[in-house]
Amino acid sequence: MSAPLLQASGLSLRFGAIAALDDVALEIHPGEVVAIVGESGSGKTTLLRVLSGLMRPEAGTVRYRDPAGAVHSVHDMGEAAMRRLHRSDWGFVHQNPRDGLRMRVSAGGNIGERLMAVGARHYGGIRAEATAWLQRVEIDPERIDGMPDKFSGGMQQRLQIARTLVTHPRLVFMDEPTGGLDVSVQAKLLDMIRGLVADLGLAVLIVTHDIAAARLLAHRLLVMRHGRVVEQGLTDRVLDDPQHEYTQLLVASVLAA
Amino acid sequence: MTMGMSWSIRTEGLGKAFTLHLQGGTRIPVLGGVDLGVAPGECVALSGPSGAGKSTLMRCLYGNYGAGEGRILLRHQGEILDLAAADARAVRAIRRETLGYVSQFLRVIPRVPTLEIVAEPLIARGTPREAALAAARALLLRLNLPARLHGLPPATFSGGEQQRVNLARGFAPGYPVLLLDEPTASLDAANREVVIGLIEAAKLAGTAIIGIFHDTEVRDRVADRLFEVLPMPAAA
Repeated sequence: MSAPLLQASGLSLRFGAIAALDDVALEIHPGEVVAIVGESGSGKTTLLRVLSGLMRPEAGTVRYRDPAGAVHSVHDMGEAAMRRLHRSDWGFVHQNPRDGLRMRVSAGGNIGERLMAVGARHYGGIRAEATAWLQRVEIDPERIDGMPDKFSGGMQQRLQIARTLVTHPRLVFMDEPTGGLDVSVQAKLLDMIRGLVADLGLAVLIVTHDIAAARLLAHRLLVMRHGRVVEQGLTDRVLDDPQHEYTQLLVASVLAA
Repeated sequence: MTMGMSWSIRTEGLGKAFTLHLQGGTRIPVLGGVDLGVAPGECVALSGPSGAGKSTLMRCLYGNYGAGEGRILLRHQGEILDLAAADARAVRAIRRETLGYVSQFLRVIPRVPTLEIVAEPLIARGTPREAALAAARALLLRLNLPARLHGLPPATFSGGEQQRVNLARGFAPGYPVLLLDEPTASLDAANREVVIGLIEAAKLAGTAIIGIFHDTEVRDRVADRLFEVLPMPAAA
Protein backbone atom coordinates (compact mmCIF):
# COMPACT_ATOMS: atom_id res chain seq x y z
CA MET A 1 0.00 0.00 0.00
CA SER A 2 1.32 3.43 -0.90
CA ALA A 3 1.77 6.16 1.68
CA PRO A 4 -0.69 9.07 1.51
CA LEU A 5 0.24 12.17 -0.47
CA LEU A 6 -1.63 14.40 1.91
CA GLN A 7 -2.79 13.68 5.42
CA ALA A 8 -4.80 16.05 7.59
CA SER A 9 -6.07 15.60 11.11
CA GLY A 10 -7.93 17.60 13.73
CA LEU A 11 -8.56 20.59 11.46
CA SER A 12 -10.67 23.28 13.08
CA LEU A 13 -11.39 26.84 12.10
CA ARG A 14 -14.09 29.24 13.26
CA PHE A 15 -15.41 32.38 11.61
CA GLY A 16 -16.88 34.19 14.60
CA ALA A 17 -19.61 31.96 15.98
CA ILE A 18 -19.61 29.65 12.96
CA ALA A 19 -17.51 26.50 12.88
CA ALA A 20 -16.22 26.40 9.30
CA LEU A 21 -14.17 23.31 10.11
CA ASP A 22 -14.82 21.14 13.12
CA ASP A 23 -12.24 18.41 13.75
CA VAL A 24 -11.84 17.31 10.13
CA ALA A 25 -9.47 14.49 9.17
CA LEU A 26 -8.71 13.33 5.65
CA GLU A 27 -6.06 11.60 3.59
CA ILE A 28 -5.52 11.20 -0.10
CA HIS A 29 -3.30 8.66 -1.81
CA PRO A 30 -1.51 8.82 -5.17
CA GLY A 31 -3.94 8.44 -8.08
CA GLU A 32 -6.99 8.80 -5.89
CA VAL A 33 -9.88 11.14 -6.75
CA VAL A 34 -11.71 12.36 -3.66
CA ALA A 35 -14.77 14.60 -3.85
CA ILE A 36 -15.98 16.81 -1.03
CA VAL A 37 -19.72 17.42 -1.34
CA GLY A 38 -22.16 19.45 0.69
CA GLU A 39 -24.34 22.52 0.38
CA SER A 40 -23.15 26.13 0.37
CA GLY A 41 -21.73 27.07 3.73
CA SER A 42 -20.89 23.48 4.69
CA GLY A 43 -17.21 24.36 4.90
CA LYS A 44 -16.05 22.44 1.83
CA THR A 45 -14.29 25.35 0.10
CA THR A 46 -12.69 26.38 3.40
CA LEU A 47 -11.42 22.82 3.78
CA LEU A 48 -9.87 22.93 0.31
CA ARG A 49 -8.17 26.24 1.07
CA VAL A 50 -6.80 24.95 4.37
CA LEU A 51 -5.56 21.69 2.85
CA SER A 52 -3.81 23.52 0.03
CA GLY A 53 -2.11 25.93 2.41
CA LEU A 54 -4.02 29.00 1.23
CA MET A 55 -5.60 29.37 4.66
CA ARG A 56 -4.31 28.52 8.14
CA PRO A 57 -6.41 26.42 10.54
CA GLU A 58 -6.74 27.27 14.25
CA ALA A 59 -6.00 23.68 15.15
CA GLY A 60 -4.85 20.59 13.36
CA THR A 61 -2.13 19.65 10.91
CA VAL A 62 -1.80 19.03 7.19
CA ARG A 63 1.15 16.89 6.14
CA TYR A 64 2.35 16.57 2.60
CA ARG A 65 4.75 13.97 1.22
CA ASP A 66 7.14 15.22 -1.47
CA PRO A 67 8.30 13.11 -4.45
CA ALA A 68 11.45 12.11 -2.51
CA GLY A 69 9.28 10.74 0.30
CA ALA A 70 9.99 13.46 2.86
CA VAL A 71 6.98 14.66 4.85
CA HIS A 72 6.35 18.39 5.42
CA SER A 73 3.89 20.28 7.54
CA VAL A 74 2.05 22.45 5.01
CA HIS A 75 1.45 25.35 7.38
CA ASP A 76 5.02 25.47 8.65
CA MET A 77 6.92 25.34 5.39
CA GLY A 78 7.15 29.06 4.72
CA GLU A 79 5.86 31.14 1.85
CA ALA A 80 8.66 30.54 -0.60
CA ALA A 81 8.46 26.77 -0.23
CA MET A 82 4.67 26.95 -0.50
CA ARG A 83 4.88 28.94 -3.74
CA ARG A 84 7.36 26.44 -5.14
CA LEU A 85 5.04 23.59 -4.23
CA HIS A 86 2.06 25.27 -5.90
CA ARG A 87 4.13 25.81 -9.04
CA SER A 88 5.39 22.27 -9.41
CA ASP A 89 4.00 19.30 -7.50
CA TRP A 90 0.56 20.78 -6.81
CA GLY A 91 -2.07 22.42 -8.96
CA PHE A 92 -5.14 24.44 -8.10
CA VAL A 93 -8.12 24.84 -10.45
CA HIS A 94 -10.35 27.72 -9.35
CA GLN A 95 -14.07 27.94 -9.94
CA ASN A 96 -13.59 31.24 -11.72
CA PRO A 97 -10.94 30.82 -14.42
CA ARG A 98 -10.00 34.49 -13.98
CA ASP A 99 -8.56 33.54 -10.59
CA GLY A 100 -6.28 30.95 -12.14
CA LEU A 101 -5.35 32.57 -15.46
CA ARG A 102 -3.47 35.71 -16.34
CA MET A 103 -6.03 37.49 -18.48
CA ARG A 104 -3.53 39.84 -20.15
CA VAL A 105 -1.23 37.04 -21.24
CA SER A 106 -1.90 34.91 -24.33
CA ALA A 107 -3.25 31.36 -24.08
CA GLY A 108 0.16 29.95 -25.00
CA GLY A 109 1.80 32.30 -22.51
CA ASN A 110 -0.46 31.10 -19.73
CA ILE A 111 0.67 27.52 -20.30
CA GLY A 112 4.31 28.41 -21.00
CA GLU A 113 4.61 30.50 -17.87
CA ARG A 114 4.00 27.47 -15.64
CA LEU A 115 6.60 25.49 -17.58
CA MET A 116 9.16 28.30 -17.26
CA ALA A 117 8.46 28.45 -13.53
CA VAL A 118 9.74 24.90 -13.23
CA GLY A 119 12.81 25.59 -15.33
CA ALA A 120 11.86 25.22 -19.02
CA ARG A 121 13.88 27.69 -21.09
CA HIS A 122 13.76 26.55 -24.72
CA TYR A 123 11.20 28.76 -26.50
CA GLY A 124 10.44 26.27 -29.28
CA GLY A 125 9.96 23.46 -26.81
CA ILE A 126 7.67 25.52 -24.60
CA ARG A 127 5.55 26.59 -27.57
CA ALA A 128 5.29 23.01 -28.82
CA GLU A 129 4.23 21.82 -25.37
CA ALA A 130 1.66 24.63 -25.13
CA THR A 131 0.28 23.68 -28.55
CA ALA A 132 -0.01 20.04 -27.53
CA TRP A 133 -1.86 21.00 -24.35
CA LEU A 134 -4.28 23.27 -26.21
CA GLN A 135 -5.14 20.31 -28.42
CA ARG A 136 -5.47 18.08 -25.41
CA VAL A 137 -8.08 20.39 -23.88
CA GLU A 138 -9.77 20.83 -27.27
CA ILE A 139 -8.81 24.44 -27.90
CA ASP A 140 -7.88 25.21 -31.50
CA PRO A 141 -4.05 25.64 -31.51
CA GLU A 142 -4.59 28.53 -33.93
CA ARG A 143 -5.67 30.50 -30.87
CA ILE A 144 -2.36 30.08 -29.07
CA ASP A 145 -1.67 33.83 -29.33
CA GLY A 146 -5.25 34.76 -28.46
CA MET A 147 -6.11 36.46 -25.17
CA PRO A 148 -8.15 34.47 -22.64
CA ASP A 149 -10.64 37.31 -22.14
CA LYS A 150 -11.78 36.67 -25.72
CA PHE A 151 -12.48 33.01 -24.91
CA SER A 152 -15.82 31.56 -23.81
CA GLY A 153 -16.22 30.51 -20.17
CA GLY A 154 -15.78 26.85 -21.05
CA MET A 155 -12.62 27.55 -23.05
CA GLN A 156 -11.19 29.65 -20.23
CA GLN A 157 -11.78 26.81 -17.81
CA ARG A 158 -10.13 24.32 -20.17
CA LEU A 159 -7.18 26.69 -20.55
CA GLN A 160 -6.87 26.91 -16.77
CA ILE A 161 -6.80 23.11 -16.62
CA ALA A 162 -4.07 22.96 -19.29
CA ARG A 163 -2.07 25.62 -17.42
CA THR A 164 -2.42 23.63 -14.19
CA LEU A 165 -1.59 20.19 -15.58
CA VAL A 166 1.26 21.08 -17.92
CA THR A 167 3.83 20.64 -15.15
CA HIS A 168 2.43 17.18 -14.28
CA PRO A 169 1.55 17.90 -10.67
CA ARG A 170 0.87 14.87 -8.50
CA LEU A 171 -1.96 16.49 -6.53
CA VAL A 172 -4.57 18.85 -7.94
CA PHE A 173 -7.13 20.80 -5.92
CA MET A 174 -10.30 21.74 -7.78
CA ASP A 175 -12.89 24.15 -6.43
CA GLU A 176 -16.23 23.73 -8.25
CA PRO A 177 -14.46 23.53 -11.64
CA THR A 178 -17.75 23.35 -13.56
CA GLY A 179 -19.55 25.83 -11.34
CA GLY A 180 -20.22 28.80 -13.57
CA LEU A 181 -20.74 26.94 -16.84
CA ASP A 182 -23.73 25.93 -18.96
CA VAL A 183 -24.88 22.34 -18.51
CA SER A 184 -23.76 21.23 -21.99
CA VAL A 185 -20.33 22.75 -21.40
CA GLN A 186 -20.13 21.12 -17.97
CA ALA A 187 -20.55 17.62 -19.44
CA LYS A 188 -17.69 18.14 -21.86
CA LEU A 189 -15.44 19.56 -19.18
CA LEU A 190 -16.22 16.78 -16.71
CA ASP A 191 -15.45 14.16 -19.29
CA MET A 192 -12.19 15.91 -20.13
CA ILE A 193 -11.19 16.07 -16.47
CA ARG A 194 -12.07 12.40 -16.07
CA GLY A 195 -9.89 11.40 -19.02
CA LEU A 196 -6.92 13.55 -18.00
CA VAL A 197 -7.02 12.37 -14.41
CA ALA A 198 -7.02 8.73 -15.49
CA ASP A 199 -4.30 9.19 -18.14
CA LEU A 200 -1.97 11.15 -15.88
CA GLY A 201 -2.70 9.15 -12.72
CA LEU A 202 -3.38 12.35 -10.78
CA ALA A 203 -4.58 12.58 -7.23
CA VAL A 204 -7.45 15.07 -7.15
CA LEU A 205 -9.32 16.68 -4.32
CA ILE A 206 -12.43 18.22 -5.83
CA VAL A 207 -15.04 20.34 -4.12
CA THR A 208 -18.44 20.24 -5.76
CA HIS A 209 -22.10 20.55 -4.94
CA ASP A 210 -22.88 18.54 -8.09
CA ILE A 211 -23.62 14.96 -6.99
CA ALA A 212 -23.61 13.65 -10.57
CA ALA A 213 -20.17 15.14 -11.16
CA ALA A 214 -18.92 13.53 -7.96
CA ARG A 215 -20.29 10.15 -9.06
CA LEU A 216 -18.61 10.45 -12.43
CA LEU A 217 -15.20 11.57 -11.19
CA ALA A 218 -14.57 10.49 -7.64
CA HIS A 219 -13.41 7.19 -6.20
CA ARG A 220 -14.22 8.36 -2.71
CA LEU A 221 -16.63 10.88 -1.26
CA LEU A 222 -16.71 13.05 1.85
CA VAL A 223 -20.01 14.63 2.83
CA MET A 224 -19.69 17.85 4.80
CA ARG A 225 -22.22 19.71 6.88
CA HIS A 226 -21.69 22.57 9.34
CA GLY A 227 -17.94 22.11 9.13
CA ARG A 228 -17.98 18.39 9.93
CA VAL A 229 -17.48 15.33 7.74
CA VAL A 230 -20.76 13.52 8.44
CA GLU A 231 -20.14 10.56 6.15
CA GLN A 232 -17.40 9.27 3.89
CA GLY A 233 -16.54 6.23 1.83
CA LEU A 234 -16.66 4.63 -1.59
CA THR A 235 -18.53 6.98 -3.93
CA ASP A 236 -21.18 4.57 -5.17
CA ARG A 237 -21.85 3.25 -1.67
CA VAL A 238 -22.26 6.69 -0.10
CA LEU A 239 -24.65 7.70 -2.90
CA ASP A 240 -26.61 4.42 -3.19
CA ASP A 241 -26.67 3.43 0.48
CA PRO A 242 -26.33 6.69 2.42
CA GLN A 243 -26.29 6.24 6.19
CA HIS A 244 -26.41 9.75 7.59
CA GLU A 245 -29.65 11.70 7.63
CA TYR A 246 -28.06 14.62 5.81
CA THR A 247 -26.59 12.41 3.05
CA GLN A 248 -30.00 10.78 2.57
CA LEU A 249 -31.52 14.23 2.14
CA LEU A 250 -28.77 15.29 -0.26
CA VAL A 251 -29.19 12.19 -2.43
CA ALA A 252 -33.00 12.34 -2.32
CA SER A 253 -32.87 15.95 -3.52
CA VAL A 254 -31.06 15.11 -6.75
CA LEU A 255 -33.09 14.63 -9.89
CA ALA A 256 -32.33 11.25 -11.43
CA ALA A 257 -30.57 11.57 -14.77
CA MET B 1 -5.15 -23.03 -7.50
CA THR B 2 -4.53 -24.94 -4.31
CA MET B 3 -6.26 -28.10 -3.24
CA GLY B 4 -9.18 -27.76 -0.90
CA MET B 5 -10.15 -24.38 -2.27
CA SER B 6 -13.83 -24.95 -1.65
CA TRP B 7 -15.11 -21.47 -2.27
CA SER B 8 -14.27 -18.26 -4.11
CA ILE B 9 -16.79 -16.11 -2.27
CA ARG B 10 -18.60 -16.89 0.96
CA THR B 11 -20.97 -14.95 3.17
CA GLU B 12 -21.36 -15.63 6.88
CA GLY B 13 -24.43 -14.32 8.65
CA LEU B 14 -24.82 -11.49 6.17
CA GLY B 15 -27.57 -9.06 7.14
CA LYS B 16 -28.79 -5.77 5.78
CA ALA B 17 -31.37 -3.26 6.95
CA PHE B 18 -32.12 0.23 5.76
CA THR B 19 -32.82 3.08 8.14
CA LEU B 20 -34.85 5.80 6.45
CA HIS B 21 -34.05 8.99 8.32
CA LEU B 22 -36.35 11.02 6.09
CA GLN B 23 -39.26 8.73 7.05
CA GLY B 24 -38.94 9.18 10.78
CA GLY B 25 -36.12 6.67 11.13
CA THR B 26 -38.14 3.70 9.86
CA ARG B 27 -35.96 0.61 9.84
CA ILE B 28 -36.50 -1.90 7.04
CA PRO B 29 -34.74 -5.24 7.47
CA VAL B 30 -34.11 -6.88 4.10
CA LEU B 31 -31.54 -9.62 4.63
CA GLY B 32 -30.63 -11.65 7.69
CA GLY B 33 -28.35 -14.59 8.35
CA VAL B 34 -27.39 -15.18 4.73
CA ASP B 35 -24.80 -17.98 4.45
CA LEU B 36 -23.84 -18.52 0.82
CA GLY B 37 -20.66 -20.05 -0.52
CA VAL B 38 -19.81 -20.41 -4.18
CA ALA B 39 -17.02 -22.63 -5.48
CA PRO B 40 -14.69 -21.87 -8.38
CA GLY B 41 -16.47 -22.80 -11.61
CA GLU B 42 -19.85 -22.93 -9.93
CA CYS B 43 -22.89 -20.85 -10.91
CA VAL B 44 -25.52 -20.17 -8.27
CA ALA B 45 -28.86 -18.60 -9.23
CA LEU B 46 -30.66 -16.54 -6.60
CA SER B 47 -34.34 -17.42 -6.39
CA GLY B 48 -37.21 -16.13 -4.33
CA PRO B 49 -40.18 -13.84 -4.79
CA SER B 50 -39.82 -10.36 -6.18
CA GLY B 51 -38.94 -7.96 -3.38
CA ALA B 52 -37.33 -10.66 -1.25
CA GLY B 53 -33.95 -8.96 -1.44
CA LYS B 54 -32.13 -10.67 -4.33
CA SER B 55 -30.93 -7.38 -5.78
CA THR B 56 -30.02 -6.10 -2.31
CA LEU B 57 -27.92 -9.21 -1.78
CA MET B 58 -26.14 -8.68 -5.11
CA ARG B 59 -25.42 -5.04 -4.24
CA CYS B 60 -24.06 -6.07 -0.83
CA LEU B 61 -21.83 -8.67 -2.49
CA TYR B 62 -20.37 -5.96 -4.73
CA GLY B 63 -19.88 -3.54 -1.85
CA ASN B 64 -22.33 -1.10 -3.40
CA TYR B 65 -24.49 -1.44 -0.28
CA GLY B 66 -22.69 -1.69 3.02
CA ALA B 67 -23.32 -4.95 4.87
CA GLY B 68 -25.10 -4.34 8.15
CA GLU B 69 -23.85 -7.48 9.81
CA GLY B 70 -21.82 -10.57 8.98
CA ARG B 71 -18.90 -11.11 6.65
CA ILE B 72 -18.34 -11.35 2.90
CA LEU B 73 -15.16 -13.34 2.37
CA LEU B 74 -13.28 -13.26 -0.90
CA ARG B 75 -9.98 -14.67 -2.06
CA HIS B 76 -8.17 -11.62 -3.34
CA GLN B 77 -4.60 -11.96 -4.64
CA GLY B 78 -3.83 -14.96 -2.47
CA GLU B 79 -5.37 -13.55 0.69
CA ILE B 80 -8.77 -13.93 2.29
CA LEU B 81 -10.40 -10.52 2.66
CA ASP B 82 -13.68 -9.48 4.24
CA LEU B 83 -15.39 -7.14 1.80
CA ALA B 84 -17.89 -6.13 4.50
CA ALA B 85 -15.06 -4.63 6.56
CA ALA B 86 -12.85 -3.37 3.72
CA ASP B 87 -12.22 0.37 3.34
CA ALA B 88 -12.94 2.25 0.12
CA ARG B 89 -9.47 1.75 -1.33
CA ALA B 90 -9.52 -1.99 -0.61
CA VAL B 91 -12.95 -2.34 -2.22
CA ARG B 92 -11.62 -0.61 -5.34
CA ALA B 93 -8.68 -3.02 -5.49
CA ILE B 94 -11.01 -6.01 -5.05
CA ARG B 95 -13.25 -4.72 -7.85
CA ARG B 96 -10.29 -4.17 -10.11
CA GLU B 97 -8.78 -7.64 -9.69
CA THR B 98 -11.26 -10.07 -8.21
CA LEU B 99 -14.90 -9.10 -8.38
CA GLY B 100 -16.96 -8.17 -11.43
CA TYR B 101 -20.57 -7.05 -11.65
CA VAL B 102 -22.86 -6.83 -14.64
CA SER B 103 -25.79 -4.66 -13.67
CA GLN B 104 -29.08 -4.58 -15.54
CA PHE B 105 -28.43 -1.16 -16.94
CA LEU B 106 -25.33 0.47 -18.28
CA ARG B 107 -24.41 3.68 -16.49
CA VAL B 108 -23.56 5.70 -19.57
CA ILE B 109 -20.59 8.02 -19.35
CA PRO B 110 -20.92 10.96 -21.73
CA ARG B 111 -18.58 11.00 -24.73
CA VAL B 112 -16.66 7.82 -23.95
CA PRO B 113 -16.68 5.40 -26.92
CA THR B 114 -17.98 1.85 -26.51
CA LEU B 115 -14.59 0.25 -27.15
CA GLU B 116 -12.97 2.33 -24.40
CA ILE B 117 -15.73 1.45 -21.94
CA VAL B 118 -15.12 -2.25 -22.49
CA ALA B 119 -11.31 -1.98 -22.50
CA GLU B 120 -11.13 0.25 -19.41
CA PRO B 121 -11.21 -2.49 -16.72
CA LEU B 122 -8.52 -4.42 -18.60
CA ILE B 123 -6.28 -1.35 -18.82
CA ALA B 124 -6.89 -0.67 -15.13
CA ARG B 125 -5.44 -4.09 -14.23
CA GLY B 126 -2.37 -3.48 -16.36
CA THR B 127 -3.20 -5.05 -19.73
CA PRO B 128 -1.33 -3.11 -22.43
CA ARG B 129 -3.66 -0.70 -24.21
CA GLU B 130 -3.52 -2.32 -27.66
CA ALA B 131 -4.15 -5.80 -26.25
CA ALA B 132 -7.02 -4.48 -24.14
CA LEU B 133 -8.62 -2.80 -27.16
CA ALA B 134 -8.21 -5.96 -29.24
CA ALA B 135 -9.83 -8.09 -26.55
CA ALA B 136 -12.67 -5.57 -26.21
CA ARG B 137 -13.22 -5.53 -29.97
CA ALA B 138 -13.36 -9.33 -30.17
CA LEU B 139 -15.83 -9.61 -27.32
CA LEU B 140 -18.11 -6.89 -28.75
CA LEU B 141 -18.12 -8.66 -32.11
CA ARG B 142 -18.92 -11.96 -30.41
CA LEU B 143 -21.89 -10.20 -28.82
CA ASN B 144 -22.96 -9.08 -32.30
CA LEU B 145 -22.16 -5.41 -31.83
CA PRO B 146 -20.81 -4.41 -35.25
CA ALA B 147 -17.47 -2.57 -35.54
CA ARG B 148 -19.17 0.62 -36.76
CA LEU B 149 -20.64 1.07 -33.27
CA HIS B 150 -17.39 0.55 -31.37
CA GLY B 151 -16.22 4.14 -31.77
CA LEU B 152 -19.51 5.64 -30.59
CA PRO B 153 -20.57 6.36 -27.02
CA PRO B 154 -23.44 3.99 -26.16
CA ALA B 155 -25.78 6.78 -24.99
CA THR B 156 -27.91 6.46 -28.12
CA PHE B 157 -27.83 2.65 -28.31
CA SER B 158 -30.93 0.50 -27.75
CA GLY B 159 -31.45 -1.21 -24.40
CA GLY B 160 -30.25 -4.52 -25.79
CA GLU B 161 -27.14 -2.98 -27.31
CA GLN B 162 -26.29 -1.19 -24.06
CA GLN B 163 -26.70 -4.43 -22.16
CA ARG B 164 -24.28 -6.16 -24.50
CA VAL B 165 -21.73 -3.37 -23.92
CA ASN B 166 -22.22 -3.94 -20.21
CA LEU B 167 -21.77 -7.69 -20.61
CA ALA B 168 -18.60 -7.25 -22.66
CA ARG B 169 -17.19 -4.94 -19.98
CA GLY B 170 -18.06 -7.43 -17.24
CA PHE B 171 -16.73 -10.54 -18.99
CA ALA B 172 -13.60 -9.03 -20.56
CA PRO B 173 -11.29 -9.14 -17.50
CA GLY B 174 -12.08 -12.73 -16.45
CA TYR B 175 -12.71 -11.93 -12.79
CA PRO B 176 -12.50 -14.86 -10.34
CA VAL B 177 -15.97 -13.88 -9.04
CA LEU B 178 -18.71 -12.49 -11.27
CA LEU B 179 -22.13 -11.16 -10.28
CA LEU B 180 -24.79 -11.10 -13.00
CA ASP B 181 -28.04 -9.19 -12.50
CA GLU B 182 -30.49 -10.22 -15.24
CA PRO B 183 -27.80 -10.55 -17.90
CA THR B 184 -30.20 -11.58 -20.69
CA ALA B 185 -33.22 -9.41 -19.85
CA SER B 186 -33.38 -7.39 -23.08
CA LEU B 187 -31.63 -9.76 -25.47
CA ASP B 188 -32.97 -11.70 -28.44
CA ALA B 189 -32.57 -15.48 -28.73
CA ALA B 190 -29.31 -15.36 -30.68
CA ASN B 191 -27.61 -13.03 -28.21
CA ARG B 192 -28.98 -15.01 -25.30
CA GLU B 193 -27.10 -18.00 -26.71
CA VAL B 194 -23.91 -15.96 -26.86
CA VAL B 195 -24.30 -14.98 -23.20
CA ILE B 196 -24.93 -18.58 -22.18
CA GLY B 197 -21.72 -19.48 -24.02
CA LEU B 198 -19.80 -16.73 -22.16
CA ILE B 199 -21.11 -17.97 -18.82
CA GLU B 200 -20.18 -21.57 -19.61
CA ALA B 201 -16.70 -20.54 -20.71
CA ALA B 202 -16.21 -18.46 -17.55
CA LYS B 203 -17.25 -21.43 -15.41
CA LEU B 204 -14.76 -23.66 -17.20
CA ALA B 205 -12.09 -21.05 -16.49
CA GLY B 206 -12.90 -21.29 -12.79
CA THR B 207 -15.06 -18.21 -12.29
CA ALA B 208 -17.56 -18.37 -9.43
CA ILE B 209 -20.84 -16.84 -10.63
CA ILE B 210 -23.84 -15.58 -8.70
CA GLY B 211 -26.77 -14.49 -10.82
CA ILE B 212 -30.34 -13.32 -10.89
CA PHE B 213 -32.01 -14.89 -13.92
CA HIS B 214 -35.68 -14.27 -14.51
CA ASP B 215 -35.34 -16.18 -17.76
CA THR B 216 -35.83 -19.70 -16.39
CA GLU B 217 -34.56 -21.35 -19.55
CA VAL B 218 -31.24 -19.52 -19.27
CA ARG B 219 -31.15 -20.19 -15.54
CA ASP B 220 -31.68 -23.93 -15.96
CA ARG B 221 -28.92 -24.15 -18.50
CA VAL B 222 -26.21 -22.26 -16.58
CA ALA B 223 -27.01 -22.64 -12.88
CA ASP B 224 -25.63 -25.56 -10.88
CA ARG B 225 -28.00 -24.86 -7.99
CA LEU B 226 -30.49 -22.36 -6.65
CA PHE B 227 -30.11 -20.27 -3.52
CA GLU B 228 -33.37 -19.07 -2.11
CA VAL B 229 -33.63 -15.55 -0.74
CA LEU B 230 -36.68 -15.26 1.49
CA PRO B 231 -38.43 -12.09 2.60
CA MET B 232 -37.69 -11.02 6.17
CA PRO B 233 -40.58 -11.13 8.63
CA ALA B 234 -42.22 -7.68 8.63
CA ALA B 235 -41.95 -7.09 12.39
CA ALA B 236 -38.25 -7.59 12.87
